[in-house]
Amino acid sequence: MSEHITPVRTYVIIFLALMVLTAVTVAVAFMHLGPFNDIVAMGIAITKASLVILYFMHVRQSSRLTKVVVVAGFLWLLFLFGFTMSDYLTRGMIMLQSPVG
Amino acid sequence: MQGEANHAWGLQHHFDSFDQQREASFLGMWVFLVTEIMFFGGLFTAYIVYRASQGEAFALGSHELDITLGAINTAVLIGSSLTMALAVWAAQTGRRKAIVGFILATLVLGGVFLGIKVVEYSAKFEHHLVPGPNFHWDGPEAPGVEMFFNLYFLMTGLHAAHMVIGMGILLVVAILAWRGAFTPENHNLVEGIGLYWHFVDIVWIFLFPLLYLLGRNIQV
Repeated sequence: MSEHITPVRTYVIIFLALMVLTAVTVAVAFMHLGPFNDIVAMGIAITKASLVILYFMHVRQSSRLTKVVVVAGFLWLLFLFGFTMSDYLTRGMIMLQSPVG
Repeated sequence: MQGEANHAWGLQHHFDSFDQQREASFLGMWVFLVTEIMFFGGLFTAYIVYRASQGEAFALGSHELDITLGAINTAVLIGSSLTMALAVWAAQTGRRKAIVGFILATLVLGGVFLGIKVVEYSAKFEHHLVPGPNFHWDGPEAPGVEMFFNLYFLMTGLHAAHMVIGMGILLVVAILAWRGAFTPENHNLVEGIGLYWHFVDIVWIFLFPLLYLLGRNIQV
């Protein structure tokens, strides 16, 4: 099994897609969408990052072991965010009686 | 079984084949990048925590950033990722001068990015937006805005430091490429620094919306 060589054409297409997505995210930032501003901005950022990882970083053609390592890295990042925010965002929910009264 | 005598040039003695050597290098680089994800992840977590409690202050702080320069820098960095990917392609296809050319293009674009960053940073110093004794904010939510700029300088500063290190390594790899150190079978250094450079690009892909675009639609 020799190395898979991605054609230049693919790199250029991915580059153009990344540029278009950048323009879209800037344009959307000026619209009034309430909480959807963040959701759209992060959705576009995740899409861009995925394109870079899969095509520029050759993870698409990599071994399963490498894919597991990459996915595990981002999964643990989500654990970090998730467990931290499950603490910070729920602190006001439990109203304990103060012992001092 | 291969003896030392007929072991191919560029193939380390502890690997059986170039494929195995390349796979080990690729996987090893990704394991390092996973530690980098967690390294930046701490700062992103801090951002999420403070943003959750001081969203308005963060939007006010975000308004002080130059969205035009931020967008230009995003495009410049994506362009540098393209030239980096093409440098790896040149190495895969055995184009020695093209490797050097594409790495130099990557270095130029990286330099443009850092130059624009210097312009942005100096504007923040002039406007007293750098956290510390000289921080000055007339509007509301001053402590929250200062926290936004703390995170702005930490996150973009760590990102810029990664770029400076990456450019130093790229320069060395360009010299090695010029000397003919890489072959289509063995160019793991080019691929490795490429992965690192794309990772730095990905960090910026998230920093740009989180720092520059946030609260752009809010009237201040």
